[in-house]
Amino acid sequence: MNPLYMLGGLGRVVLSLFANFGKVSLFTVDAISHIFRPPYYPREFVVALMNIGWLSLPVVGLTAIFTGGALALQIYAGGARFNAEAVVPQIVAIGMVRELGPVLGGLMIAARVTSSIAAEIATMKVTEQIDALVTLSTHPMKYLTAPRVLAAILTVPVLVAVGDVIGIAGGYVVATQSLGFNAAVYLQNTVNFLELIDVISSLTKGAAFGLITAVMGCYYGMNSGRGAQGVGRATKSSVEAAAIMILAANFILTGVFFSV
Amino acid sequence: MIRLENVHKAFGDNRVLQGMNLEIPQGTSMVIIGGSGTGKSVALKCILGLIKPDSGMIYVDGKDATKGDRDAFLARFGMLFQGAALFDSLPVWQNVAFRLLRGPLKRPPEYAREIAIEKLRRVGLKSDVADRFPSELSGGMQKRVGLARAIAAEPEIIFFDEPTTGLDPIMSGVINDLIREIVTEMGATAMTITHDMSSVRAIADNVAMLHGGVIQWTGPVSQMDASGDPYVEQFISGSAEGPIEAVR
Repeated sequence: MNPLYMLGGLGRVVLSLFANFGKVSLFTVDAISHIFRPPYYPREFVVALMNIGWLSLPVVGLTAIFTGGALALQIYAGGARFNAEAVVPQIVAIGMVRELGPVLGGLMIAARVTSSIAAEIATMKVTEQIDALVTLSTHPMKYLTAPRVLAAILTVPVLVAVGDVIGIAGGYVVATQSLGFNAAVYLQNTVNFLELIDVISSLTKGAAFGLITAVMGCYYGMNSGRGAQGVGRATKSSVEAAAIMILAANFILTGVFFSV
Repeated sequence: MIRLENVHKAFGDNRVLQGMNLEIPQGTSMVIIGGSGTGKSVALKCILGLIKPDSGMIYVDGKDATKGDRDAFLARFGMLFQGAALFDSLPVWQNVAFRLLRGPLKRPPEYAREIAIEKLRRVGLKSDVADRFPSELSGGMQKRVGLARAIAAEPEIIFFDEPTTGLDPIMSGVINDLIREIVTEMGATAMTITHDMSSVRAIADNVAMLHGGVIQWTGPVSQMDASGDPYVEQFISGSAEGPIEAVR
């Protein structure tokens, strides 16, 4: 194959990536700006709070409890290789609060919320409901995007915090019921070892992941193609993009908070 | 009055509108006919600003439609979409009263509901439909709810996009009669796009034939059958023979 063709193909991919990044960035700025500019739609905001926050609680909670339990087992088994079984409460706490709580919570929310937002808005676009909104003098960014983005920024940190606590509780149950840890000592070690910065980083990641999940869902929904295939592609792309961006943002935020 | 001057719009290589000129006098009902994919919906969306034309001018009452207060501009319009485009998450009455529940025309919810029920009655639907969701309605009922929404704020200009597509002949007749009655009653300027000839005869004061991105013929509906225009004649007769290619 002609190397120029390969180079051209690579160039097109890179250009397309930059173009998409630019479009998503502009969309994000536009979405955030609409949060602060009237008119406001409180009913849509409350519905988004329920859908994104309250209804995601079971998924996030179950993910956290099993992750916390598995983490306790892993650390105990791994620590036993160099007589460090006692660090289970500390590592479970730091692992859940700093990394696993926000990241796994964020990914589960991306799977549940981003896909749902993208599919709903894409369907609205395909069935001309977005055009109908415009003809009814209602800005789709204000009515559809701003309430969802604000709700996600506010609720995902809460979900992450709840997930952190449930994850630590999962580790606690496993450690005290099957690994022989003393309950009071376990709790004491957990509380003593965690620092304020751990909690702040966890909540900040939650807010950032909330922004990513809602913006990706709205962006791909608003830009979906025609028909069922367009809706399906928008949904798939939104989840893929949200998951990758959550992992990338997690790496960056971890660097910001904990780089030495 | 609505006036389109030399409007062009292309999607990639597909040149949909290629210099469309059209005038719709105030208080009249204009029906645009033409085959599928000839740009009827695109023309309509260009007037509303849902699609930006590549070139050309669109005037509403002598003012450039792309300039000025957009909300005030859109507040003058009502639109019935092809698939009704009702909001799935809202009950029927909130769909109809959408404009009256938010924005500059906001009214108390009880009053907005009363108006919604009155408009539903106007389109032949009972008040018990008000609390149902769009997914619980038949296609014909959804169209009527869409019509009720289009007229809820008593707009000066109403657009109808394929109002009878997908409906049986009886329901089509009901919708056509409703549109004619409402337009006459409200004194609104109406623009309908369709390829249903029974709709054309029931709704139109004037007819325009869109083909090849331009208006091929326009005139009063009474002159349509004797237009002498080969495009219009082929369209009315539904013949495969003529200047309009059957395979597009």
